[in-house]
Amino acid sequence: MFHRVLWKTLGFMGYTIQYGCIAHCAFEYIGEFVVCSGPSMEPTIVNQDVVFSERMSRHLCKIKKGDIVIAKSLYDPNMNICKRVVGLEGDKICTSAPSGLFKTHTYVPKGHVWLEGDNPRNSTDSRNYGSIPYALIRGRVCLKLWPLQSFGTLGESPTKRIIKNQSDSNSD
Amino acid sequence: MAQQATAGRRYLRAFVSGFFVSVPVTVTFLDRFAYVARVEGASMQPFLNPEGGSECDVVLLNRWSVRNYQVQRGDIVSVVSPRNPQQKIIKRVIGLEGDFIRTLGYKNRYVRIPDGHFWIEGDHHGHSLDSNSFGPVSVGLIHGRASHIIWPPNRWQRIKPSLPPNRGPLDTKEEEE
Repeated sequence: MFHRVLWKTLGFMGYTIQYGCIAHCAFEYIGEFVVCSGPSMEPTIVNQDVVFSERMSRHLCKIKKGDIVIAKSLYDPNMNICKRVVGLEGDKICTSAPSGLFKTHTYVPKGHVWLEGDNPRNSTDSRNYGSIPYALIRGRVCLKLWPLQSFGTLGESPTKRIIKNQSDSNSD
Repeated sequence: MAQQATAGRRYLRAFVSGFFVSVPVTVTFLDRFAYVARVEGASMQPFLNPEGGSECDVVLLNRWSVRNYQVQRGDIVSVVSPRNPQQKIIKRVIGLEGDFIRTLGYKNRYVRIPDGHFWIEGDHHGHSLDSNSFGPVSVGLIHGRASHIIWPPNRWQRIKPSLPPNRGPLDTKEEEE
């Protein structure tokens, strides 16, 4: 009697460990569901949207300019931020205000990315704290799941901050 | 013939079920609990790799103890390099957030480490790519804490946190300055 209870408990624990490990591998290497909060990515992602972020691009280093990514916050690693990649390493980023007279530029250092929210008035991003290391990126947002009327892939950036071909912009 | 077919299928089923148990469990263990890494380079001499090129030390990295990003000054940690996200570097933690430290060759002589960052240095100054080159490192880049040296066998030991002399934070050393 005692032996049967013992073996059943061990079997149950074994299954729990096995399924827990499979869940860990799925969330770590395939993708995870994220609930976004805050106004910094409006109108692409609004408060309380549920999105799916896939992890394979980050592990294979295939994040491209214009992707929306989830990253660990630079100042608090337990918090995550959701922003769009505006510049990769080596890109030239215009840091002055669009209406300013003198244009200042900065280059994104090696191994870093420049993130900006789609709602530039209401977003703290790389314009405030500089470029962040690539390894802080957790995943690429590929699908919006909730609310159901806006289900589907996410669009391009509504701001004009992403320069697609860097070779064209070197003529000034 | 039929017996061979069923034995082959049973073998295949056993292999597939074993695969689906062992691979996720191993991957989860290496991601969450412990990892083994070979130390290359001379940036942590004389503590790690004292002989140089011939035999490299192998350390055990404890990933469970850094799951909440808690480290102490003097720990040896493995960090994803801010310059190259596919490379990991092993250095010693010299200062934590809020500390005021003196640097060796950084663009500013004195630095106050911002929130959520820490300062790492190799023991072999001058032969080390560390915070003196790229500044304070975000705590989110931490990978694991080196807890034991497990190879070569004559260097088997537990690594205790210890700060090199005169490299601690400036505001706590009142009696010396």
